[in-house]
Amino acid sequence: MASHATADVGHDYTTTGLNHTKVAMWTFLGSDCLLFGAMISTYLLYRTRTAAGPTPHEIYDIPYTSVSSFVLLMSSLTMVLALAAIQRGDNRGSRVWLLATAFLGMTFIGGQIYEFTTFVEEGLTMSTSPFGSAFFMLTGFHGAHVTVGILMLLSLVGLSLSGKLNQEDSLKVEMIGLYWHFVDIVWIIIFTVVYLIPTE
Amino acid sequence: MSHAAGHGAEMAEAPRAEEELHHHPGPRTYVWIAVILSIITALEVAIYYIPSLSGLLVPFLLAFSAVKFVLVVGYFMHLKFDSPLFKRLFVTGLVLAAIVFFIVLATFFFGAEHPGLTG
Amino acid sequence: MAVAAYRQRGLFARPTATSGAKSWFTTVDHKKIGILYGATALFFFVVGGLEAVFVRLQLAQPNGEVLSNDLYNQFFTMHGVTMIFLVVMPMGVALMNYFIPLMIGARDVAFPRLNAFSYWVFLLGGIFLYSSFFLGGAPDGGWFGYAPLSRSLPSHGMDFYSIGLQVLGIASLAGAINFAVTIINMRAPGMTLLRMPVFIWMSLVVSFLLIFALPVLSIALFQLMFDRLFGANFFNPAMGGDPILWQHLFWVFGHPEVYILILPAMGIVSEVMPVFSRKPLFGYAAIVFAGAAIGFMGWGVWAHHMFAVGLGPVANSAFALSTMFIAVPTGVKIFNWMGTMWGGSLKFHTPMLFSIGFISMFVIGGLSGVTHAIVPHDAQQTDTYYIVAHFHYVLFGGAMFGIMSGLYYWWPKIFGYLLSEKMGKLHFWLWFIGFNMTFFPMHIVGLQGMPRRIATYPEGMGWGPLNMLMTVGAFVVALSVLVFIVNILISRSRRVEAGDDPWDGRTLEWSIPSPTPEYNFAKVPLVQARDDWWHKKYIETPAGTPAPVPTGGANGHGEDEGHDVHLPSPSYFPFVAACGLPILSYGTIYHSVIAMVAGGLVVLLGLYGWALEPQFAEGEGGSGGH
Repeated sequence: MASHATADVGHDYTTTGLNHTKVAMWTFLGSDCLLFGAMISTYLLYRTRTAAGPTPHEIYDIPYTSVSSFVLLMSSLTMVLALAAIQRGDNRGSRVWLLATAFLGMTFIGGQIYEFTTFVEEGLTMSTSPFGSAFFMLTGFHGAHVTVGILMLLSLVGLSLSGKLNQEDSLKVEMIGLYWHFVDIVWIIIFTVVYLIPTE
Repeated sequence: MSHAAGHGAEMAEAPRAEEELHHHPGPRTYVWIAVILSIITALEVAIYYIPSLSGLLVPFLLAFSAVKFVLVVGYFMHLKFDSPLFKRLFVTGLVLAAIVFFIVLATFFFGAEHPGLTG
Repeated sequence: MAVAAYRQRGLFARPTATSGAKSWFTTVDHKKIGILYGATALFFFVVGGLEAVFVRLQLAQPNGEVLSNDLYNQFFTMHGVTMIFLVVMPMGVALMNYFIPLMIGARDVAFPRLNAFSYWVFLLGGIFLYSSFFLGGAPDGGWFGYAPLSRSLPSHGMDFYSIGLQVLGIASLAGAINFAVTIINMRAPGMTLLRMPVFIWMSLVVSFLLIFALPVLSIALFQLMFDRLFGANFFNPAMGGDPILWQHLFWVFGHPEVYILILPAMGIVSEVMPVFSRKPLFGYAAIVFAGAAIGFMGWGVWAHHMFAVGLGPVANSAFALSTMFIAVPTGVKIFNWMGTMWGGSLKFHTPMLFSIGFISMFVIGGLSGVTHAIVPHDAQQTDTYYIVAHFHYVLFGGAMFGIMSGLYYWWPKIFGYLLSEKMGKLHFWLWFIGFNMTFFPMHIVGLQGMPRRIATYPEGMGWGPLNMLMTVGAFVVALSVLVFIVNILISRSRRVEAGDDPWDGRTLEWSIPSPTPEYNFAKVPLVQARDDWWHKKYIETPAGTPAPVPTGGANGHGEDEGHDVHLPSPSYFPFVAACGLPILSYGTIYHSVIAMVAGGLVVLLGLYGWALEPQFAEGEGGSGGH
């Protein structure tokens, strides 16, 4: 009867041959560029509007922030080593590197918390000035992104410990890795634009 | 990957999934990238503190951070070796953000009729 | 299909029911989700329409006393918020949800549970927004929330606004990513990009607009929320904050948003016109390219909403030029639709009437739009009813007409029965007449100086008679909506079986049974041309007319079709995760740390369950979630 042409496609068929989740993750990261772009430009607009409060030059501690930037940068290395490990079937290695990444991330967050509390003590809060509002929103959102990343990394470690994260599951590590590296490159921009570039 | 076996089937874009396995950087490469990133970071901080370079500070800082950005995206995020689709998805967002927000900021800093605190 | 309820084993046992009331909470089927979206959006359409009726009653005469100033502000604000975020966008999403997989030969979207999550977040977000009416007052700062007024309005209304739209934004962003991946990655073999129906192309462009525009709105809303609830100074002029920043951030989102609102309707019209002209779409490639161009150029025009703000002549001129340019791709589409009709064998069924109505009304809206691009003239038009006329012509005359066309066109595929033609035509003519009666006079009173966003106007301005006419028009529109609802009810009870292909359609959805079977396609189609279904039914004779292919039109659906197709299992975790968001939201407004933590934990619980649950229900094998 009907002779409509049909196609014999397997369960994993995708039009481009690429994995759905990977396409989705890169799309999401593209959208996150707009999120951080809006916050960075708000910061650039408001960095000189300090009302009666501290100015960027007065309050930033460049050596301190350099160290925490370095920590986050190194966490990208440990992340990609975790991925390499799981891709070659080294479950224990992947756990070690995932934990290392989470630990470096937690160190970064610890550093952020210390920095924020210091700034508050020195008179800069979200309410002090538009500069304060913009600074805390940008770095706060970034910190929240890092925190979500840490939760995901620890979840992966948990999954691995219960035997559910093996070589065939490496996509999960790859996706969380992409997210983690993105959070790192946002900080690369923030470190330069917020801390290093002088605000006269 | 199983694709259509039908007569006269045409595919959209050639799948590139297999290629990434051939050009995969290994752990050694990653460590080297990390070393380069550390050196650049150290240089950034160094020139921040060198007064005689203050005129060049901003262009250098921007260039350095751009290099770090490209290294992490290209190697750690594997974009250099993956399907061009991913690059297009990400770069579209990045470039759009850069252009749109550049224009927004430009309207604050140039040509406003009643410049506020920025004029 | 299975009607067994939930298996009791363990927290993560996946539900299996695909029918029955409970199954609607756990469904991940794009068709059910599309119906949920559509029904919810229609409900909000009635609510938003009632808000409009009250606005019109208040403005029917000078010094109206139907609504207090405060209530008026809430009604006009919520009318805008509702129509944009709770009606036009979700109606588009409803049709996109139902028909994207069908038109590309797929069995569902890329991420079925994410799809369900989007719906529940939308529903709960809408309920959250409307609860504000009972909690001290609805948002009252306009749908555009201009600062610094929006940061200082005393009731919680603008808190509901800033947080409610965030919640809705999450739903939309998730949906956009889902549709983009579906279109990119789930097309049947042979469906190249240039063989995709125009509705699919427009859906793809819309998805990317949402993906890139929503984050900017999100930041603006967060900043407003921080100003209102946590003492920040983003828009506080006294401390150096700049209200113009709000406008930039809002309109960088807001302008792509209007294309998000109109492109699905343009896609629908591009499907309806060829079917009811019995001719291929004229200039397919031009229409596709024009749609993409509109999406792209739409990022360069936002400050035309800010011509009166003082950006300076350079900025104003640049945005005026870009705004004039963007009329070009739209014009290309209009001519191509007309070219489709030209020389066609026209059938004026209800879907076609609404599509023709779309073209004519949208052109009127587009013409007033072009006049706004002339900066000195906009200086007079802005903040008057002339602008209100423009956007209602493009949003109601455009988007809503297009959506109605789609509903009448696709109704038989979704539900298996046709909507009554007679009532459909009555609906159309009342709707068309009422619409023009309500909105055309706005051009006039606007140019006569009647401002927007005012609760009353004085005697002696000469605006009274036309305002009275507009109010009568609004009631005619309301009557037409009533006719539509009655049409649905009557047609449902009469149930005139539609058959698989009542309109002799051109695209893949008409090649499968009506109503659509749960598995969509028994066998994945192999696409060999644009308008593939048409070419399977007809070949072109030497005279250039279509001749039926002998066995082409027979669908041959057997009783045993599709039973070996495995579909994504239902899940209740998307609903659970969605429920956390309103809890978190109320907690934020009322500064309740407990509620914020509880809401966050519910979301987390939902997400973990989602990630960890088995891919299939008990007894169906497989591992790893998706």
